[in-house]
Amino acid sequence: MATAPTSTSVEYEVVIGLEVHSQLLTTSKMFCRCPADYANAEPNTHICPVCSGYPGVLPVINEQAIDYIMMTALALNCEIPDFCKFDRKNYGYPDLPKGYQISQYDRPISRNGYILLDVNGEERRIGITRVHMEEDTGRLVHREGKNSYTLVDLNRAGVPLMEIVSEPDIRGAEEARLYMEKLRTILVYLGVSSGKMEEGALRCDANVSIRPRGQQEFGVKTEIKNMNSFRSVERAISYEIGRQIEVLSSGGVIHQETRGWDEDRGVTVSQRSKEYADDYRYFPEPDLPPLVISREWVERIRAQMPELPDAKSKRFVEQYGLSARDAGQLTAEKALADYYEAAVAAGTSADTAARAKAAANWTLGDLRRLLNAGSLDITESRVAPQGLAELLDLIESGKISGKQGKEVLEKAFASGDTPAAVVEREGIAQMSDSGELERIVDEVIADNPKAVEDYHAGKTASVQFLVGQVMKRTRGRARPDMVSPLLLGKLGAP
Amino acid sequence: MPELWQLSVSEAADLLRRREISAVELTRAHQERIAQVEGNVRAFVTTLDDQALRDAERLDQRRSEGEQLGPLAGIPIAIKDNLCTRGVTTTCSSRILEHFTPPYDATVVARLHEAGAVILGKTNLDEFAMGSSTENSAFFPTRNPWDLGRVPGGSSGGSASAVAAGEAMVALGSDTGGSVRQPGALTNTVALKPTYGRVSRFGLVAFASSLDQIGPFARSARDAALLLQAIAGHDPFDSTSVDAPVPDYAAALSGDIKGLRVGVPAEYFVEGVEPGVRQAVEEAIETLKAQGAEVGECSLPHTRYGVAAYYIIAPAECSANLARYDGVKYGFALRGEADDLIDFVSKTRAHGFGAEVKRRIMLGTYALSSGYYDAYYLQAEKMRTLIKQDFDQAFEQFDVLVGPTSPTVAFELGAKTADPYAMYLNDVFTIPANLAGIPGISIPGGFSEGLPVGLQLLAPAFEEARLLRVADAFERVTDYHTRWPEALNAKRGARKRR
Repeated sequence: MATAPTSTSVEYEVVIGLEVHSQLLTTSKMFCRCPADYANAEPNTHICPVCSGYPGVLPVINEQAIDYIMMTALALNCEIPDFCKFDRKNYGYPDLPKGYQISQYDRPISRNGYILLDVNGEERRIGITRVHMEEDTGRLVHREGKNSYTLVDLNRAGVPLMEIVSEPDIRGAEEARLYMEKLRTILVYLGVSSGKMEEGALRCDANVSIRPRGQQEFGVKTEIKNMNSFRSVERAISYEIGRQIEVLSSGGVIHQETRGWDEDRGVTVSQRSKEYADDYRYFPEPDLPPLVISREWVERIRAQMPELPDAKSKRFVEQYGLSARDAGQLTAEKALADYYEAAVAAGTSADTAARAKAAANWTLGDLRRLLNAGSLDITESRVAPQGLAELLDLIESGKISGKQGKEVLEKAFASGDTPAAVVEREGIAQMSDSGELERIVDEVIADNPKAVEDYHAGKTASVQFLVGQVMKRTRGRARPDMVSPLLLGKLGAP
Repeated sequence: MPELWQLSVSEAADLLRRREISAVELTRAHQERIAQVEGNVRAFVTTLDDQALRDAERLDQRRSEGEQLGPLAGIPIAIKDNLCTRGVTTTCSSRILEHFTPPYDATVVARLHEAGAVILGKTNLDEFAMGSSTENSAFFPTRNPWDLGRVPGGSSGGSASAVAAGEAMVALGSDTGGSVRQPGALTNTVALKPTYGRVSRFGLVAFASSLDQIGPFARSARDAALLLQAIAGHDPFDSTSVDAPVPDYAAALSGDIKGLRVGVPAEYFVEGVEPGVRQAVEEAIETLKAQGAEVGECSLPHTRYGVAAYYIIAPAECSANLARYDGVKYGFALRGEADDLIDFVSKTRAHGFGAEVKRRIMLGTYALSSGYYDAYYLQAEKMRTLIKQDFDQAFEQFDVLVGPTSPTVAFELGAKTADPYAMYLNDVFTIPANLAGIPGISIPGGFSEGLPVGLQLLAPAFEEARLLRVADAFERVTDYHTRWPEALNAKRGARKRR
C-alpha cells in the first residue's frame, strides 16, 4: 500500500486477482499441424483449413500442449483431475475464424494450486484457481488514413494458450509484479513459455478492487488490460488502486468495467462497461470428447519435471555455500543459474567453496553490469562460463590481480576473446619476478627521499605513497601483497 | 440384360472385373441417365462430367495393367453437397457457400477415391442439411422420382432421388436427425445411418456436430454394406471417430435371422402414423416373423421428448458451427453496401442464409444464452440421456427394434413449408437414434397407394452388420427394393434377383 496516494489509504485493503495467458512453446498449433512459431513468418503463411476455420474441418488436440499445461499445473501445486473437457466460447470478431474459441469452462485440466512469493522478506501464498487450455486468436492490422482498412493475419490463430487464474489473494501492486515475475520464472524454467510480455507471449489482466480493512465482502472490481511489461503491471495496478481510493474517499462509487492501461499517460482508461457484458454462450465442444488423464500420464510428466527455482535456490545455498540472497538472484533466471553452474564446474580451483563464492560475485557483479550496459541476456554473453572460470583461475593463481581481472573481463567481453588471450595480447600480468620488483622498489626509495624521510620521522602513512609509486612504475603489474613487505624490509624500522 | 444404370454394385463389379464392361461405359450410362431424367428429378447441384470420365478412364487403364481393384472401383457414386471435395464447389445448397471450393477432400471422399469410386456429382440438400424435404435448398427443390409432385424427403433428398432414379448406383448422405433414413424411406432406397463415430466427419460441413453422421444410400443392403465398408473406420483427423475394428459387412449377410429378437416400440405406432404406412410396416414385421424372427413389443417411453430435445441441441450446435460464415474468409460476401464491420457481417449473413437456417441459428443462440442455458440446453441434454437409457434397456431384450422410418409417405411439394413444426414432426422416429448415437437403417418396406414406405431397423452401437443382415434377409423374400419408379418410365422389375 506504499503506492496509495492519499492519506486515507490505510483504511482500505487491496484485493487483486490476476488472469495470465501464456503462449506455449509447442512445435505446432493447438488443433492442427501448422507451426506455432509465427514470429518471423509472412502473414497468413502458417495457416491451414483447420486454423483458418474452413467448413467441415475438425480440431485434433496437440498432446504436447497438454503435457506443458500439466507441467505447469504440477509446478503450481495444482490438482489434475481424471478428466477434463473442452467448451466453445462464442463471440464474433474477424480475428476469430471459427466464430468461437475452443476453451475450457467448468472442467479445466487443473485447479487448486498455489505460488509462494517472497515479499520483502515475508512469505506470501497466492492461490491458483485453475490452469486451463485454450487457443489464441489471429491478429488484426489496422491501416489508418483516408481509405482506412483492416487486414487479418491468422498465423497466430490456434496457437496454444494456457490461462492461469489466481485467487484474489494479491494485496498490492508490487506483490502483483512479484507474482508475475515468479510465474514467468517458473514457466521459463519449465520450458513451456518464452515469458516475453513485450512480445505478447505472456499477457496479464488484473481484477482490482478495494474494501475497507476488516470487511469480508469484496468491493466492486475493475478489470485492467493492456499491460505489456512487468513494470506496467505494477504501475497500472498502483494507479488503479489510487484511483479507486480517490473515488471512494470522495463519496463516489466504483463501476464494474474494463479499463485499459495507457502506458504513455500512466493512467487507466474506461473501455467498456460490464453492464453490457458479452454473453459467451459456453457449451461443451462436440468435436472433442472429454480428455481422460490417466495417473500414469501425470506420473510420466512428474518424472520429466526440471528442477524449479525454489528448489534450485535452496540447493545453491546448500551445495555452494551461497547466501540466500545470492542464490535467489542467480536462480531467478534459469539461464543465469545454468551459466553460474557451468562456470563453477569449469574451474580448476582446489578451494571449491571459495571458487563458488567468487563465481557468484563475478556473475552477479561485473558480468551482470556488462550485460545490463549492453542490454544483453546472459545467453548472449560474449564471455562463456568457461571464460569466467578461466578468469577466476588466472586471479587465483596470482597471474593477474583482482583489479586486473575486471579489466580483463571487460576486454574479453568487448572482443569475444578468452581472458587468457586478452592477458597474453595486452601483456597484463602481475610481476612475479621478485628481482625486477626489488630493483623498482630500490629506484622508488632513491627517487623519493622526502617520503622516506617522513616515514622515518614516524609518518607511516607515507608507505602507502611509496607503494603507489611502485604500482605506477609497474603499471599495476606488481602484486600489492608483495610490494608492502619488500618496501618495509628495505626501509627498515621507522 | 438390364440397363447398365440399373445394375447393383456387386453385379457391376463382377462385369468390370471380368472386363465385360468398362468403367467409362458404366459412367457414360449413368451420365446419359442423368441427362434423361435430371430435368424432372433435379438431384444434382453439380455434375462432374469430364472429371468423372477421366477418373473412369484411369481406372480402366489400371485394370488393363492387371491391377486388382476393390468392389467399388469404377462404381459411379453421387455425393451430398455438404461433403467437401477438393477443387469442386461444395455449396451446402446455400447462397453463402455457392462459390466455395474446398482445398481438401472429406475423409470419406478421400477413401472413395482410394477405393476407385467414380464421383458423378454433388447432390442437392436442404440448406446446411436443415430440413426434411430438400425444399430448403437455396437453389431448387429436388423431386421424388416416385411422384414428381412430391418431395424426396430430406435433407439428403438429392442423394436419395439420384439413387432411386438410377442417376447414381450408390450415394452418400448425412444424417443428423434422419436426413439419410427419411429420404431413404420416401424414395424406396436402402439408407443407413451408422453409429456416431463409425465414419469420420472430417470434411462434412458441420450442422450439429454431436449428431451428424455420414451414411450410404443404395438399392440393396449388399450395396450399402460395400459402401459402408469403404468409408468406415477411425480417422486421426476426427477425434470423435472411434478406433474400433471394422467388421466385414458383406460377409455378415447370411440371410439367416432365425431367433433374432425383434422389438416393436409401442411409441412408434401412435396417432400421426398414416394407416397405409402402419399397414405396410405391420406386414413387414409379419414377414420377419415368418423368417424365424421372434417379435415382441417393447417401450421407448421418452420418444415423445426426442423432437423437443433435438430442436434445442441441434440448433445450439449449429448456432456456433455456422458462425464462421461471415463473408471475410471465403464464400458469399455482400460488398459495398456496409457501413462498418458489424453491418457487413450482418448483411452478408442476412442475404447468405435462408429462412430455416436463420430460424435455427436464432433458436440455438437463444437456447444457449445466459439465463436460458439451464432451462433449455441442459434439460435437452438430460432428455438425451433418458432416450439413450430407453434404448439401452430395450436392447437388453431385443437384438433390433423395428418400426416406420417416417410417419408418412412422401408429401406434396409445398405441403409443409408454411408450418416448420409439422415438418419437424416428420423426424419423430429418426431423431432418437441420433440422440442416442446408435445405428439405424431404412429399407424398402412396402408401398402405400403407390408410394414407398420405409421400414426402420435400429440396433445397438456398432451393430451395423446386424442391421444389414436383417435388411438383406428381408430383401431375399420381398421385391420392394427391386421396383423402379414408373414416374420416370423406367423398366419395371428389370433388375435381376440375386
